[in-house]
Amino acid sequence: MSSEIKQILTTDGIPLEVSLKKAERKNKIKAFLLVAPLLLFLIITYVFPIGDMLFRSIDDKMVTQMLPKTFKAMETWDGQELPEEEVFAAFHEDFIKLVEDKREGKLSTQLNYTKNGFKSIIKKLRRKSKSFEEGNYKEQIMAVHKRWADVEYWRAIKRRAPEFTSQKYLKGMDMYVNEEGKIVSVEEDRRIHRVLWLRTLEIAFFVTVFCFLMAYPIAHLLATLPMKYSNLLMICVLLPFWTSLLVRTASWMILLQQQGIVNDFFVGIGLVADDNRPEMMYNKTGSYVAMTQILLPFMVLPLYSVMKTISPSLMRAGKSLGGTPFVAFWKVYFPLTIPGIGAGCLLVFILAIGYYITPALVGGASGTLISNQIAFHMKSTLDWSFASAMGLMLLSGVLVIYWLYNKIVGIDNIKLG
Amino acid sequence: MALPKYTEPHYRIWHYIYLTICAAVFFFLIAPLFVIFPLSFNAEEFLSFSDGMKSLDPDAFSLRWYKDMIYGTKNPWGLAAKNSFIIAIFATIGSVILGTVAALGLSSRHMPYKGLIMAVLISPMIVPLIISGVAIFFFMAKAGLAATHTGIVLAHIILGTPFVVITVTATLSGFDHSVTRAAASLGSDPVNTFMKITLPLILPGVISGGLFAFVTSFDEVVVVLFLAGLENTTIPIQMWTGLREQLSPTILAVATCLIILSTLILVTAELLRRRSERLRGINR
Repeated sequence: MSSEIKQILTTDGIPLEVSLKKAERKNKIKAFLLVAPLLLFLIITYVFPIGDMLFRSIDDKMVTQMLPKTFKAMETWDGQELPEEEVFAAFHEDFIKLVEDKREGKLSTQLNYTKNGFKSIIKKLRRKSKSFEEGNYKEQIMAVHKRWADVEYWRAIKRRAPEFTSQKYLKGMDMYVNEEGKIVSVEEDRRIHRVLWLRTLEIAFFVTVFCFLMAYPIAHLLATLPMKYSNLLMICVLLPFWTSLLVRTASWMILLQQQGIVNDFFVGIGLVADDNRPEMMYNKTGSYVAMTQILLPFMVLPLYSVMKTISPSLMRAGKSLGGTPFVAFWKVYFPLTIPGIGAGCLLVFILAIGYYITPALVGGASGTLISNQIAFHMKSTLDWSFASAMGLMLLSGVLVIYWLYNKIVGIDNIKLG
Repeated sequence: MALPKYTEPHYRIWHYIYLTICAAVFFFLIAPLFVIFPLSFNAEEFLSFSDGMKSLDPDAFSLRWYKDMIYGTKNPWGLAAKNSFIIAIFATIGSVILGTVAALGLSSRHMPYKGLIMAVLISPMIVPLIISGVAIFFFMAKAGLAATHTGIVLAHIILGTPFVVITVTATLSGFDHSVTRAAASLGSDPVNTFMKITLPLILPGVISGGLFAFVTSFDEVVVVLFLAGLENTTIPIQMWTGLREQLSPTILAVATCLIILSTLILVTAELLRRRSERLRGINR
């Protein structure tokens, strides 16, 4: 035996270590190339557009580009008293250009978001500006309307100078930047978004709890019954799972309406009077009932797949060691099902927090969620940057839960059906 | 689940309470679906059981709403059904191809950054649909694909692939890789090995992933609401509009057809799952 260790060589004379690494790298590239088409497709059509949403939500270039000279002149203005003549002159120059391009309407809408009262004074300015004489624009503009002589309005214009803004995010939390540049909440009776966020969390939380309470016993039954019975009962879980969401929502609309079957039943057993049928739809109750039924399979399936792996002899062992069935269940069976509970609850919560269709149809005004507000701004007010901002706020919440889910359950352990 | 003879009375009572609770939950799950079925044969325009229906009078039942669904002039159900099927079929093909190939790469033990990539590939399933809808709409509007079939198909491929990736990766986890090595040692090239050896073995997983993708596309309404123009209307959009404006019994006729369709898909999916479990030898 020689004292020095000889390098092991492959047949073509390359050290084995190098050769192995090469093969390994080749395999890595091969595996990656298989994933690449889908990954690339998703990055282009999905991940980038979500990034685009982020950009849209903070983008505030519109006003910056409409009043470039004004903002340049305003750079040296301290905002204490009315700006100097040069600011007015620059503003006049920008404004004439906007009127030529017929874009002054857009400016007034944008400025009105920052401070109410811009719409009318911009309209007035457009009319009067046609007869403006050259020079001394400060006097002439201030003469158009008394608000043009109010320093508050000039401060509002200056606030729109930066290219990026967090204003949409603040608005999503019912806050805004006031005249002094401080972040404050809007008046109590106008805090619509906070109410919506809280309601979304509340409904998602309670739907998760209801689903858990209902799913646990039936998942246990399915896991402990003999195959031939459990397969039959499994259909009761899987059929709703595969049925169209709209069909299931439609059936709840029929059941819950005032002349509907549930109300008929309540009247029949004398629970409520015929002329005093409760509203069970177009309010929170409707959202709760329909969402619980629709999301229930997503709780049953993960619970079932975990319970299926628990050996019944464990419960028997617990009982034979002197535990009552309840003690055996609580100390032995229940702890073993916790991974399934975690998976099911997180899945249902994630799905419930972003629900849109069902609340929109059966939720009425008091049962709608944050998603409905996003859709409203996308389709009705066309304030897409605000919709993007709220969407991303919701998304960041969901991603935290997704990350938790990945930690607890592991993404590759998701089971379907 | 018979109780042993020696069970004490209060556990016996508890056991029957437990069974009652289970029965109630199963009823809650399945009963709403069965309300639609009889009501779709209602001869009248109401969405509740008429007295005639309660006494099983044959005159109270009719196929009126089914006729309206097929021949009704105001109802664009025909166009919607055609669009829905075309979009769902192409979206399924796209999802199955992209998803299966990606799953092959993901289940290789050489795959780098597996967790991160898997998280990205699954994300369309986790991210709330409304956010996906907004993001995809921005993309399609920029790409000039809004209000086109192509745009909707692409959107549904995005939403459908996670299901294919999950089911095929699950099938591949029980896959014996020595058979592909055997094929390679016998001189087969990788494509031939995949077509002749791997694909037939993982086919149940691929098909059940495809079924998920099909149902996802066929049932999808949030993203389509953003993308579709009048020409691209689908069954879910028509149902959505109908449910918002006025609940007509025609919708119930459509819903009944959809329930029958989903029953067929469920049966296929179940048969496939059992076959796949048998093949993988994990039949208990």
